[in-house]
Amino acid sequence: MSDAPDSPLLEIDNLNIGFRSRAGLAPAVRGVSLHVEKGETVALVGESGSGKSVTALSILQLLADSAEASGSIRYRGRELMNAGKRTMRDVRGDDISMIFQEPMTALNPLHTIERQIAESLTLHRGVRGRDARARVLELMHKVGIREPESRLGAYPHQLSGGQRQRVMIAMALANGPDLLVADEPTTALDVTVQAQILTLLDELKADFGMGMLFITHDLGIVRRFANRTYVMQGGEVVESGPTWKIFASPEHPYTQRLLSAEPTGTPDPIPAPDTAPVVVGENVRVWFPIRKGFLRKTVGHVKAVDDISLSIRPGETVGVVGESGSGKTTLGLALLRLIRSEGRIAFLGNELQGLSQRQLRPFRRDMQVVFQDPYGSLSPRMSIAQIIDEGLSVHKIGDRKGDRRAVIADALTEVGLEPDMMDRYPHEFSGGQRQRISIARAMALKPDLVVLDEPTSALDMSVQVQIVDLLRDLQKRYNLAYMFISHDLKVVRAMAHRVIVMRQGVVVEQGEGDAVFDNPQTEYARALMSAAFRIEAESA
Amino acid sequence: MRCSNRPRIKPGAGNYAGWPLMFNLDPIQRRRLENFKSNRRAFWSLWIFLALFAISLLADLIANDKPLLIKYNGEFYAPIAKFYPETTFGGDFETEADYTDPFIHELIREEGDGWMIWPLIPYSFDTIVYEAQPSPSPPGTRNWLGTDDQARDVTARLIHGFRTSVAFGLILTFLSSIIGIFAGAIQGYFGGWTDLIFQRVIEIWSATPLLYVVLIIASIITPSFWMLLGILLLLTWTSLVGVVRAEFLRARNFEYVQAARALGVSNGKIMFRHLLPNAMVATLTMLPFVLTGAIGSLAMLDFLGFGLPPGSASLGELTLQGQNNLQAPWLGITGFLAFAIMLSLLVFIFEGIRDAFDPRKTFR
Repeated sequence: MSDAPDSPLLEIDNLNIGFRSRAGLAPAVRGVSLHVEKGETVALVGESGSGKSVTALSILQLLADSAEASGSIRYRGRELMNAGKRTMRDVRGDDISMIFQEPMTALNPLHTIERQIAESLTLHRGVRGRDARARVLELMHKVGIREPESRLGAYPHQLSGGQRQRVMIAMALANGPDLLVADEPTTALDVTVQAQILTLLDELKADFGMGMLFITHDLGIVRRFANRTYVMQGGEVVESGPTWKIFASPEHPYTQRLLSAEPTGTPDPIPAPDTAPVVVGENVRVWFPIRKGFLRKTVGHVKAVDDISLSIRPGETVGVVGESGSGKTTLGLALLRLIRSEGRIAFLGNELQGLSQRQLRPFRRDMQVVFQDPYGSLSPRMSIAQIIDEGLSVHKIGDRKGDRRAVIADALTEVGLEPDMMDRYPHEFSGGQRQRISIARAMALKPDLVVLDEPTSALDMSVQVQIVDLLRDLQKRYNLAYMFISHDLKVVRAMAHRVIVMRQGVVVEQGEGDAVFDNPQTEYARALMSAAFRIEAESA
Repeated sequence: MRCSNRPRIKPGAGNYAGWPLMFNLDPIQRRRLENFKSNRRAFWSLWIFLALFAISLLADLIANDKPLLIKYNGEFYAPIAKFYPETTFGGDFETEADYTDPFIHELIREEGDGWMIWPLIPYSFDTIVYEAQPSPSPPGTRNWLGTDDQARDVTARLIHGFRTSVAFGLILTFLSSIIGIFAGAIQGYFGGWTDLIFQRVIEIWSATPLLYVVLIIASIITPSFWMLLGILLLLTWTSLVGVVRAEFLRARNFEYVQAARALGVSNGKIMFRHLLPNAMVATLTMLPFVLTGAIGSLAMLDFLGFGLPPGSASLGELTLQGQNNLQAPWLGITGFLAFAIMLSLLVFIFEGIRDAFDPRKTFR
């Protein structure tokens, strides 16, 4: 390579990116400058919409056609901005590799693992046949896929999320790149798997002597892995410097806010601990039959929820934690009788099992649910007033239209929104505001029990804090019983009085919040806690 | 109604874009309307089609063999709306006056000292023009598009036939989409066994050959307009079931549908309020095919001679005459142009509607 010895591995100078739209050019990145040295990990942090992913894509010139970019991107002194297709093809996957966020959609479902890893080997190195297979096996071994020989012919759907992400990393490393761009590589993974992947990346970086540009919104990861950090807000870099310095003494107010934006505190004590529970579930089971053969004979069951008993008292929050697929959401839906289940469910002393949907309707008023996705849980075709009014009209709250609009206005005020927003449509609101609207829809009915299904998971950290505060406040005011489902242990710790740890449909551990978090008894709970809180433990 | 309550919350809340009440569409609808308008071809096609259809709806006033108004002995008569025996005008028979007869003309003009106002085209679709010899006679000043082989005015038949075709197509499309959407909604929403059984029934049902069914029925009775409509309806309602079912199946587990269920909203209301709007976009993309298919089926049956009763105005029959009388090309050309223009306009309009509903489509 004929590069100047002192030029950095990657240097971005005054990068501006905008997207053409009907209304003109919408800027996404404004005047970003950064550099990555050999063997260094550089983190790019910021909340959603801050322009960090767009910056990453622009390095490999992978932006959509509607984007307009200016500035300079130099790899070892070579200009990549507006470089020809041929130059970029040489660079991509050979000198610079990229790992994407979603391992399921980033792999081709119709090709085997071997073929996908070997693809870039063949393209850039011309390695084929037996040599390629040997190299693929070596890579798979390196990224920690057990028994790589038996996995060569596997298709992506036969692998778990963590294994798929390992395959992605193997693909990225195939040609020994000098720079690895990792765009939220662990966001879609469970906490225990996240920790494994991050350790793996760190080891590989040392082995290969790569530079790494790490894009994430998770500050815990940054603190643990990055040498230097750039903080982005609204398309601009607001602060940069060595990671330890940024964490120790953040200067920009946004960085300070970001660092303090972690759900903290503990739930308020339950006002009357000895009152009768709002909801009781005994031996709740949700089994989905597996049918096989011509006669569709049931050969077994997927036990999504298996023999779980729980009760929630007024004013109490029961946190349900577990990794994806552990049956948390299914349990919540079963308690509300939104899916079929077996076992006893009693709500305010009334047996719910065996009631028809029509008979259940009066109870619906008192048990509500808030879903994870603030974009999917509001009908895009209805105004905010209509969305909240739907429940009111079913339960005949406020007979006249005018009364109902007053109730709706109250509900919006209660969740911290302006009443005159009610004639607008969901798409005009941000994620956090939409989640407030979802909460208002549930709260307008003045329920006794609210099932909160990952209500903060799709939100930015600083918004999460606000929602947690709002939920705690509402609980105190109305003595609500919450079932709080989440995979994010920090949020659960801030919310829950009691915690249930679930794995593959069964309860692994349950108990008082502090006891479970500070002194987990089972090995699985310990692994979960250490993966989630390790960063704190190490920095303490 | 809704607006009267607004000031209770905050004066001027809502209706925020300052639109007059009658245009108080929600922003999505407004965007769609804008999108449709910005598609010039679809927009003009809509107006041309509406104009043509409006003209054809007035076919009886434009092409008729009865005068619009008669003055006879100082009194007014409107034969287009009312039955008058020949004796009214001093004739001999108790039957309805034949206003095309020169004898009647003479009676009214000479003896009654009156006059007659004729429609623009003084022939109805079934009026035999005895002066046009030999038939089919070529276009001229009397018969603008000539006459067919039974000496009937082609212009009059075209206007009446267009009306029949479009009305048939629209009614059939409307009814079959209502049934199709309903059936698809039930299947998609409830899924499971309901879906499975319904689907098999539809598969068998839609394998029924349309032409044979009509042939058999036509051999027993002469089908009327409404009977043909009914037969075709039985066989075309399945066309929309697939897309609507798929949309309902996809959307029934959306979080906002789950949320509505958790609020206690009934199945019917969930289907109507939350799921139907989702299905409407897919339905709209299918509708042009259903509509043109309906018009095409009627034309095909008429062309083959199994359609509307003999003598009725029909574009299919006009095309058949064009084929039988190649020496009179005005018949075939008229039939062809009528179909080509009508179907093109409809396709353009629906294309515009479909694009207007596409959220990803951007318009310059």
